[in-house]
Amino acid sequence: MDYLLTDEQKMIQELARKIADDKIRPVAAKYDVSEEYPWEVIKVLAESDLFAIFVPEQYGGTGGGVLDLCIATEELSRACGGIAVCYAASALGTFPIILFGSDEQKKKYLPDLAKGKKVAAFAVTEPEAGSDASAIKTTAVKKGDYYVLNGTKHFITNGGEAQTYTVVAMTNKSKGARGASAFIIEKGTPGFTFGKKEEKLGIRTAVTRELVFNECKIPKENLIAKEGMGFIVTMRTFDMSRPGVAAQALGIAQGAFEAALKYSRERVQFGKPISSFQGIQWMLADMATSIEAARALVYSAARATDAGAKDIAKASAMAKLYASDVAMKVTVDAVQIFGGYGYMKDYPVEKYMRDAKITQIYEGTNQIQRNIIALQLIKELAK
Amino acid sequence: MNIIVCIKQVPETTEVRINPETNTLIREGVKSIINPFDMYAIEEGVRLKEKFGGKVVVITMGPPQAETALREAISMGADEGILVSDRAFAGSDTWATSYTLSCAIRKAGLEQGGFDVVLCGKQASDGDTAQVGPGISTFLDIPQVTYVKKIEEIKEKNARVERMTEEGYDIIQVPLPVLLTVVKEINEPRLPSLKGMMRAKSAKLINWSGKDIQADPKNIGLNGSPTKVVKIFTPSPRSGGQILKGETAEVVGKLVSELRSEVH
Repeated sequence: MDYLLTDEQKMIQELARKIADDKIRPVAAKYDVSEEYPWEVIKVLAESDLFAIFVPEQYGGTGGGVLDLCIATEELSRACGGIAVCYAASALGTFPIILFGSDEQKKKYLPDLAKGKKVAAFAVTEPEAGSDASAIKTTAVKKGDYYVLNGTKHFITNGGEAQTYTVVAMTNKSKGARGASAFIIEKGTPGFTFGKKEEKLGIRTAVTRELVFNECKIPKENLIAKEGMGFIVTMRTFDMSRPGVAAQALGIAQGAFEAALKYSRERVQFGKPISSFQGIQWMLADMATSIEAARALVYSAARATDAGAKDIAKASAMAKLYASDVAMKVTVDAVQIFGGYGYMKDYPVEKYMRDAKITQIYEGTNQIQRNIIALQLIKELAK
Repeated sequence: MNIIVCIKQVPETTEVRINPETNTLIREGVKSIINPFDMYAIEEGVRLKEKFGGKVVVITMGPPQAETALREAISMGADEGILVSDRAFAGSDTWATSYTLSCAIRKAGLEQGGFDVVLCGKQASDGDTAQVGPGISTFLDIPQVTYVKKIEEIKEKNARVERMTEEGYDIIQVPLPVLLTVVKEINEPRLPSLKGMMRAKSAKLINWSGKDIQADPKNIGLNGSPTKVVKIFTPSPRSGGQILKGETAEVVGKLVSELRSEVH
């Protein structure tokens, strides 16, 4: 299907596909086992300007939007969902600065992030604040020209590896969600350390760590927007990044589907390739159809976001919800087509299946996505 | 430092088909790529520029579609692309090609205020002659080092390079300007960057004809090519030889008479 991409978007697609095939596919299994951060690939992505595509031109980017990021993430995910999320998580950590940062903050942080000289991370989640982001306990107390942070963030993608962190902390607990604020914190700031590294089912190369703030003093200039804007910064950031998670799911599904299709032509049983059996054919047809439907939804949500459409929350939630459910279904079916071999680590499909699961969970579980969609539907009717 | 890289567009296949009647390559339906060995030359050129400053100019001789090869080189970091193209070049052998490229390099050198290093891949994957690099240096009357696997250092007037041999390598100090042909051990060519691809898309390429480079019409194209391809064929497999056994003196005598009878 033709998605009417611009010349520049086609270039991004071509480049990301080449990197995925030449530089990621050969090392995906290695990083899945070692759980190390894929710095060698991050370096290639940086040199290829892929970290520049979501940053405005005046700050060293190419001025692309959410669709550009989705195209790149999808292609990288075809080869490895884990490496792709290391990349996409840097975009997630950068969005708060792009969306709400002051000109000084943008000048200071964006050029290095666009070059991939620095990698970013976004930190909201805490042990007791997952879907309920208003339950955040980390505090930021203003003392003269500084804020002092105390608390622990967990499940932070790129945690410990990233240099630039955007962190949400409570500046006024009594105000609940309206008492949250967002800050930029650099690795190496005294009082900012890293805790437990998680062992995960999938996306194992994407390091997930705790961030620990203990009397961590940061200049007041590091506050993003105003005090109390933290929750809005978070929601707007997720609206921008959700299509990216959907694109990650889409790429994982596409990669698993391609592997299954190829295998079905090679695997001979009862004297014929298994692709000649209707049972397999129908599975392949359903997989391809659902992937295409997901792609249409993801790209249109991304386009709507880039076009500055209002109320993109519903569209981006639908894209994330649908694409991640497709990824789960398609990867499970891919393992089924591979049969016993699919269950073994010798073939890549079991990894696709493990990598797919997280896309139904993070950046808002699919149940939260349904809440967002339903709320919007009811609001629209009430207007 | 001014660096010139010579590249060739070749068909992307290891199984090149040949038209048995005309003895020429069948190019239809085969994707064209930059000769893989030339990718190392481009990468080395860009690395030299990054280290010493200056400019990388890529030159190719070929039909108009060779433009895509120049754009790809620009997407990897080259600054300019020159397409040397003229119907009169058709049928050039390695001699005429070397001559033509040397004329183009001379002109490019004049326009850039001289050049310091000319880089070529060690050979092209289609013709496999490895003659054009050395040919260019001969026409330009500059030194050449072939099969370079490392550029150790470049100073104002000299370069020190490692030249791969079957047993190991030679370290050669050579005055500039110099022509180097490179082997794949020298580096790992980078992928293009997005900004490079954008620049390449809109880059204005330079087009030179035979006249532009002041090539002597007698020395170009089929007429300027001393090589005549009479026939191309697949050699039949060699049959097994024979082993002579016995006392040395006896065997030597036998061998000599066998060889004599083969010759006659």
